[in-house]
Amino acid sequence: MSLILEQMPVVIGALNTGFLQTLKLFLVTLLGAFPLGLVIAFGSMSAFRPLSLVTKLVVWVVRGTPLMIQLLIIYYFPGLVLDNPIWGGGEAGRFLAASTAFIINYACYFSEIYRGGIQGVPAGQEEAGLVLGMTKSQIFWRVKLLQMIKRIVPPMSNEIITLVKDTALARIIALQEIIFAGQSFLKGSHGISGAIWPLFFTAFYYLVFNGVLTLLLGQLEKKLDYFR
Amino acid sequence: MAILEAENICKTFGRTDVLKSIDLSLEKGQVLSVIGSSGSGKTTLLRCLNFLERPDKGVIRVNGETLFDAEDPSGLSEAAIRRKRLHFGLVFQSFNLFPQYTAMENVMLARKLLAAEQPDFKTRKKEILGEIEEQAKKLLDQMGLTNRRDNYPHQLSGGQCQRVAIARALALQPDILCFDEPTSALDPELTGEVLKVIKELADQNMTMIIVTHEMSFARDVADHVIFMDDGVIVEQGDPREVFGSPKEERTRQFLLRY
Ligand SMILES: Nc1ncnc2c1ncn2[C@@H]1O[C@H](COP(=O)(O)OP(=O)(O)OP(=O)(O)O)[C@@H](O)[C@H]1O
Ligand SMILES: [Mg+2]
Repeated sequence: MSLILEQMPVVIGALNTGFLQTLKLFLVTLLGAFPLGLVIAFGSMSAFRPLSLVTKLVVWVVRGTPLMIQLLIIYYFPGLVLDNPIWGGGEAGRFLAASTAFIINYACYFSEIYRGGIQGVPAGQEEAGLVLGMTKSQIFWRVKLLQMIKRIVPPMSNEIITLVKDTALARIIALQEIIFAGQSFLKGSHGISGAIWPLFFTAFYYLVFNGVLTLLLGQLEKKLDYFR
Repeated sequence: MAILEAENICKTFGRTDVLKSIDLSLEKGQVLSVIGSSGSGKTTLLRCLNFLERPDKGVIRVNGETLFDAEDPSGLSEAAIRRKRLHFGLVFQSFNLFPQYTAMENVMLARKLLAAEQPDFKTRKKEILGEIEEQAKKLLDQMGLTNRRDNYPHQLSGGQCQRVAIARALALQPDILCFDEPTSALDPELTGEVLKVIKELADQNMTMIIVTHEMSFARDVADHVIFMDDGVIVEQGDPREVFGSPKEERTRQFLLRY
């Protein structure tokens, strides 16, 4: 027990560093996938058939294959096949590759959520606005947007919670996120080896992070609860 | 002079002729009822008048001003259509209230947006918004919804929602108010309250076109009745005559069902 207390500062330090990388990947993914998802959603809803077909095909492929494979392919393909290691070496390169894979993957999931939200607003809402002399843009901003957001928030919350856990997949290309950090004490690192307890701590980090997110997102959902 | 004249309105969806040369005219203060079986084109006719559909042929005039002429597609920019459709109001079968706004806000929204485009809005803002609020309160009072001003649509019954929708349409003071089966989505015990306010509007000489399946109501409130079938007007005239002694076999067959 006293040994654990002795090792604690070292482990916490390493876990914090790993968690920072996890957090960074999480935030960068959201920042990229929110707008890219919208673009993909509009692509798949386009009246221009070739565009909507291609977009739907891409979404189908990305959603139909494991993120882990996408990570591996995106990371290794440029260097091994194209002879052009665009990601560069080291942790920065791995982060770039991981972010790219995560953004593309999550943007495809988000696009379906956006699409559902946009198409879920009944046509009668736009018609009612038109008949009342509102412009299309007034109808979008004043009438439809909030109804879309209300439809988007719950499924988006689920995806965001899933993303927290999915970030662990980046470990497959040796990104030094929190699980990488926790696991290192099994094999030996900082003079500590064969220690399983850092993994429990790692799990705790996830629980707290997800707990906070669930609370925040739940509050947002509640804010939109005043109408139906 | 007729407040509304529509001539030779034709509308085709794909290969179906939904409206085949509809002519109608309406005097100010009159109530026109449109009856007819499902799919006869009643909704499409109202949608054409409200510029939600564009007729393939025909002319629509209000107060002598040509609002729509299929031969002359100029003046059909979004901005122009916006101004023109304000001559009409439309109350939908399914209300289409804005769910995120209270009854008051539903009634005020469009007028506020229009007011903001007036050149003197900045200088008279308080006064104008005050007027709009007063008007909305009065309309909701008139609809018997004084206690419901701050309720959201999901907190209201279907009959109350439809009355808010009527107030919302009236707020823009349309020349002609159209109703598309205003009570069809309501439980039978709630239709009465909606028909009552429409009757009151008729008594105040509001010009209205009412598509309805409520035959006794149509007979009671209308000055003129049109029976449509398969995209044409089969018979029209005084409600007592159309309902009492229909001339056309098709009208008779239709009325037998009620
Ligand atoms: N947007 C559209 N595209 C294709 N067909 C349409 C469209 N809108 C209406 N129709 C067709 O036009 C015909 C007339 O429809 P409309 O809704 O005007 O009838 P209605 O008299 O209002 O019927 P109901 O009593 O059921 O409301 C129907 O056959 C309908 O299927
Ligand atoms: Mg109809």
